[in-house]
Amino acid sequence: MGRYIARRFLLTIPVLLGASFLIFALVYALPGDPIRALGGDRPLAPAVVAQLTDEFNLNDPLWLQYVKYLGDLLQGDFGTDFRGREVIDTISQRMPVTVQLAVVAIAFEILIGIVAGVLAGIRKNGFFDNVVLVSTTLIVSIPILVLAFIAQFTFGLQLGLFPIAGVNEGWYSFLLPGLVLAAGSLAYVARLTRTSIAENMRADYVRTARAKGLPRRDVIVRHTLRNSLIPVVTFIGADIGTLMGGAIVTETVFNLPGIGRAVFDAVRAQEGAVVVGIVTLLVFVFIFFNLVVDVLYAVLDPRIRYE
Amino acid sequence: MKLSKRRGGLVAAGVAAAMMLSACGGSDDNGGGSGGTSAEGGGSFSVYVGEPENALIPGNTTESEGHQVISSLWTGLVEYAADGAVEYTGVAESIESEDNTTWTVTLKDGWTFHDGTPVTAQSFVDAWNYTAYSPNAQGASYFFSNILGYDDLQAPTDAEGNVTGDPAAQEMSGLRVIDDTTFEVELASPFAQFPVTVGYNAFWPLPEAFFEDPEGFGTQPIGNGPFQAEGEFVPGQGITVTRYEDFAGEDPAVADSVEFRVYADLNTGYNDLQAGNLDVLPDLPPDALASAEDVLGDRFLEAPSSGFTYLGFPTYDERYSDPRVRQALSMAVDRQAISDAIFNGSRTPADAYVAPVVDGYREGVCEYCELDVDAANALLDEAGFDRSQPIELWFNAGAGHDAWVQAVGNQLRENLGVDYVLRGELDFAEYLPLLDEQGVTGPFRLGWSMDYPSPQNYLEPLYSTAALPPAGSNATFYSNPEFDELIQQGNSASSNEEALDFYNQAEDILLEDMPIIPMFFDLEQAGHSENVSDVVIDVFGDIDVANVVPVS
Repeated sequence: MGRYIARRFLLTIPVLLGASFLIFALVYALPGDPIRALGGDRPLAPAVVAQLTDEFNLNDPLWLQYVKYLGDLLQGDFGTDFRGREVIDTISQRMPVTVQLAVVAIAFEILIGIVAGVLAGIRKNGFFDNVVLVSTTLIVSIPILVLAFIAQFTFGLQLGLFPIAGVNEGWYSFLLPGLVLAAGSLAYVARLTRTSIAENMRADYVRTARAKGLPRRDVIVRHTLRNSLIPVVTFIGADIGTLMGGAIVTETVFNLPGIGRAVFDAVRAQEGAVVVGIVTLLVFVFIFFNLVVDVLYAVLDPRIRYE
Repeated sequence: MKLSKRRGGLVAAGVAAAMMLSACGGSDDNGGGSGGTSAEGGGSFSVYVGEPENALIPGNTTESEGHQVISSLWTGLVEYAADGAVEYTGVAESIESEDNTTWTVTLKDGWTFHDGTPVTAQSFVDAWNYTAYSPNAQGASYFFSNILGYDDLQAPTDAEGNVTGDPAAQEMSGLRVIDDTTFEVELASPFAQFPVTVGYNAFWPLPEAFFEDPEGFGTQPIGNGPFQAEGEFVPGQGITVTRYEDFAGEDPAVADSVEFRVYADLNTGYNDLQAGNLDVLPDLPPDALASAEDVLGDRFLEAPSSGFTYLGFPTYDERYSDPRVRQALSMAVDRQAISDAIFNGSRTPADAYVAPVVDGYREGVCEYCELDVDAANALLDEAGFDRSQPIELWFNAGAGHDAWVQAVGNQLRENLGVDYVLRGELDFAEYLPLLDEQGVTGPFRLGWSMDYPSPQNYLEPLYSTAALPPAGSNATFYSNPEFDELIQQGNSASSNEEALDFYNQAEDILLEDMPIIPMFFDLEQAGHSENVSDVVIDVFGDIDVANVVPVS
């Protein structure tokens, strides 16, 4: 197991290099002059433009810019944005917000998604199954932007149950945005669990467990559920990676200063260092959670071995 | 104490509540406080602000969001009245000159920075030199280009624009400290409006602490204004400022503290305002304009702002080089109809080149800004304009200009029988360089908002030969020696009246040559909660936070 994990980690190095170069090249390929846009209606003084262009190596060819960037990165320097703010500061300030949002969203996915899926799955085609079917179809078909505005207007403004925006009230601030963000995946998790459970309910080992006279609760939780969770864990694992990338729409509507908004702003301003720094980090996070999922397989299903 | 409309039981005592409590508690210590209806204990309130683009350094702040924050932290040499007139309520006792070239600035005694150090002549001179020095890459550097010796502070560059060395000097020769409260400014060319310009944030003073750690300063600035920074500015969240008790100005802050809260989206801010979680919203979302007056009642504010929207002509393009063509196109646009249909009447049709918020504006002076379809058609025929080719209308993408530019196009088609093509696919970062290199092929959208309340600020930077790109904003590449001459005469005029007269004459030339189609003068809308009163929009479109009174 240990060697397997070490090997997977070693494999991330070429992936990170490739990904960062690709992103760097993409930002480089964006048309336009970011320094000119800084000035807006009134151009910056020519010497100031020259100074900034020089500072950010914008006159160098692509490969040289990348090598210079990589050189700084190896010394632990993530670079600065055009405003002189350290990229590493941006990351450390915004990452916690995104992590909190992602944790709340994942919690909703697991809590509501799996519970609804199990309840629907054990009584296939029953009343609750149909309720889940209809409600998940409904949720999946509404775009998240619409959902976010409706939730904010109804629960935030009209009913006053949740804060409308901002992160001033700790975890409580993340409940509503977390639920909105989770909505789509939550429906998917419920469907996935339901199908998997319904299938396993008819499996031989479940029938055996029942025949042994085990309590129904034990049959469902310890035998059926555990075996049914593998596809769900795969999905949630991948979803964590996605959520860590930030949810631009949710973060914007609920005014959460997370990583998604930072990347969005940086792409618009063509700030290579910021985009590459954050996205490379996200690639790493994504790879990490995929590894966690693979390891979890072994925990859920003792037959799976990594050697 | 601000009451939240939220259900109390559900709300955990958050950071905001804790801050408000401490603010209220703090106010008991300074009992008397300052005036205001119910401002006995000061109180606190929150203000919406977009993410400032730069660190909070006056010399590097050239956009409105950062300006809103730092204008609470600083007071410049002069301040501006609600009508844009210069008032000596700032640090300067007087700013005088015999010849409009060498200016003597005398400071008042008693002004201090928030760290207790005095505001001296050196504080200004050092700050101006720092901002002008090109290796410091300060956005407002060009404001000092008229001071003698500015060029020596600009690093030399080669043909490709690479920096090839250090500037020749670190200090402008035109700045001389006489004593602690006096300094002299020598300009490269006479400029009678100089005292009007120095209220702008590029000219604000910096304490010694700045030069020790410019980066740290940018997150927790130390100014000399009515409020001081309580902690660091947190990107994406904001900053809280508290009243500076040793403020030397005439109008100390009323509130104990103000929270500038960063929002990503105006609509979210508007929702928060309606729910009572936000107190001042200095801007309203366009979608809400139609209903905002009903929703907010007397908490809805509207005031003319300095913003000016126009369609520039590429005067280098043969098709638009004839002034008669430009006059005709301008006359074919019904500005009021567009304002009503697209902006809910929240823009004033432009009837001059100089905006109403400054002295020197003349109402209705633009003859070709009035709709006159017959005259427009006659002029086009006279000029031999080829109506078979469509007019290309340019604007930058993703900034909400599509609707009104299209409306202009529809009017041109209807009134003149010329088809149009919308060219709105470029982002600002591509659009601006294209303008600079004479790359557009038809009328293009641009906007302007003033830096200081002088008609000169609406004329020289936009139409003078000296302001041709890449150094300036004259994207139409209009160049007229007569106009330049009149601006120079205005700049060196001996009195304000005389200067206004020259500027008016210069504007008259533009009114005939029509290098642009003046479109709209902006109106600024704002809203506030029931927790505050005395909210006023100033000429820059900002809220004067020092005078806002929290209602307990």
